[in-house]
Amino acid sequence: MAKGVMIVAEQRDGALRKISLELASTARKLADQTGDEVSAILLGSGIEGLAAELGKYGVDKVFVGDNAAMEPYITEAHAAVVAKVVKENDPAILLLGASVQGKDLSSRVAAKLAAGLATDCTDVKLDGGNFVAIRPMYAGKCFGEIVFNSAPAIASLRPNVFPAAENAKAGAVVKVDAAVDAQKSKVLEVQKDTSGKVDLTEANVIVSGGRGMKGPEGYAILEELADVLKGTVGASRAAVDAGWRPQKDQVGQTGKVVSPNLYIACGISGAIQHLAGMSSSKCIVAINKDAEAPIFTKADYGVVDDLFKVVPELTAVCKKLVA
Amino acid sequence: MNIIACVKQVPDTEAQIKVKADGSGIEEGQIKWVMNPYDEFGVEEALKLKEKNGGDVTIVCVGPARAMETIRTALAMGADKGVHICDPAFDNADAFVTANALAAVIKPLPHDIIFCGQRAIDDDSGQVGSMLAEALGLPQLTLVTKLDFAGSSVKVIRPIEGAQLLIETALPCVVTCQKGLNEPRYASLPGIMKAKKKPVDVKNAAAVGTATDVKAKVAKTVPPPARPPGKIICGDEPAQKAAELGRLLREEAKAI
Repeated sequence: MAKGVMIVAEQRDGALRKISLELASTARKLADQTGDEVSAILLGSGIEGLAAELGKYGVDKVFVGDNAAMEPYITEAHAAVVAKVVKENDPAILLLGASVQGKDLSSRVAAKLAAGLATDCTDVKLDGGNFVAIRPMYAGKCFGEIVFNSAPAIASLRPNVFPAAENAKAGAVVKVDAAVDAQKSKVLEVQKDTSGKVDLTEANVIVSGGRGMKGPEGYAILEELADVLKGTVGASRAAVDAGWRPQKDQVGQTGKVVSPNLYIACGISGAIQHLAGMSSSKCIVAINKDAEAPIFTKADYGVVDDLFKVVPELTAVCKKLVA
Repeated sequence: MNIIACVKQVPDTEAQIKVKADGSGIEEGQIKWVMNPYDEFGVEEALKLKEKNGGDVTIVCVGPARAMETIRTALAMGADKGVHICDPAFDNADAFVTANALAAVIKPLPHDIIFCGQRAIDDDSGQVGSMLAEALGLPQLTLVTKLDFAGSSVKVIRPIEGAQLLIETALPCVVTCQKGLNEPRYASLPGIMKAKKKPVDVKNAAAVGTATDVKAKVAKTVPPPARPPGKIICGDEPAQKAAELGRLLREEAKAI
């Protein structure tokens, strides 16, 4: 009988990613409801030391696959080891991050296990002993309640949505064999983004600009505000399609779906496809000259004024507040 | 070169989505249906490869009768033939069911490279490409924004959080496409005329032969949680409004 909650922890360059702690805490909460154990799978090379940190966040047991073959990440190699550990330990539910790597891995693992997978969930709960996953569909225009006809159930959790809370457990290391056959894919190069900015999907604060920025140079004032708030600059599809901002900055149904603590929309009218991508943000601010702009229907705070006047003033105010 | 591009028909991004009163799905009446935008990148990349290296492009689609329109669109763009997996048994298919049906159809066809969108903008699952790769025992390259074909392998760029990876993979493989890969072409009028005569093989569930019982089921569809009404910040000068906004963000929202 499938039992317990298992997570797949994610690390990069020898450090746990924040989503791993969110996974551990969510797993702990679920497992405490059924009196079960939380276990984690941790794969990489020279990463055994990270098990203790997972323990701090509520993990009882960590299956560590420490092998050069696990680094850098290749889908098929990781999926083979994860599927093997899951089969041997038979958890009731497997949780992964809905990060780039977690999404890539979760669907491959689900196919290997012939198990149901709910992607990018914003809640996972127990209902009469069965797991129910809540997830946005149509980029958040509606939500689905997903039930599973498989053991394990598999869910990937949207980053930045589930709280990470310390709750010390043993974090006992169980070594697993992570040797795999030669892979058909090979990572030739990792080109790191040197801007020092957090990716939009992981940012706590996003300052976003749309058509109202009038051109690429307009974004300088958004960069300044984002710097003060330690945030990342995003853009609407209109701004990206106009070539003002790179593809990776696009927020919306055909870009990134984001859920920061604070989303500041500047000169964005709020086309439905943009609203879909940011309406799960915890606090939304809209700054726009047009009082009728649909963005104001989603905003917690609205400023109807010229953004080129308001944003620099706001930057000055925030500078004092965070000092 | 034998190229496969998988497509899905989805509601247009501008569509208002209304949930049915009984939570059994969405109201489809007013919706304009289009090819999933991420699948368009796959069709375009397939056509570019064919133009450069020769070969043919087969479109494979799981969907109801109306999805034929999307297959014809891909054929009008320049693809050669289509397979339409069409059966009410697939109406509520999850990614696992869909991927296995696609795999069953693709397996007997010669295939050097298979394109899928990185996700469909309706259910946003982003699972089918990877599950198809697993079902066919092929390597997967997801979220690809650049692809170079080099005979028996491809080199691709794959963005991850804060970096880009350059990956080389031996063919055949499954590639899922992200915005930035290319600019999909529009179908030309002669293309549209020619598409009408291109062959599309329609297969029902029995002909496909894979299971149709889902592993993950949407038990209920609900509207998004309502947000409490917001405040419009008053003031005479931008500086005054900015100061009040800063104060509220700090003291009330605790967001900075």
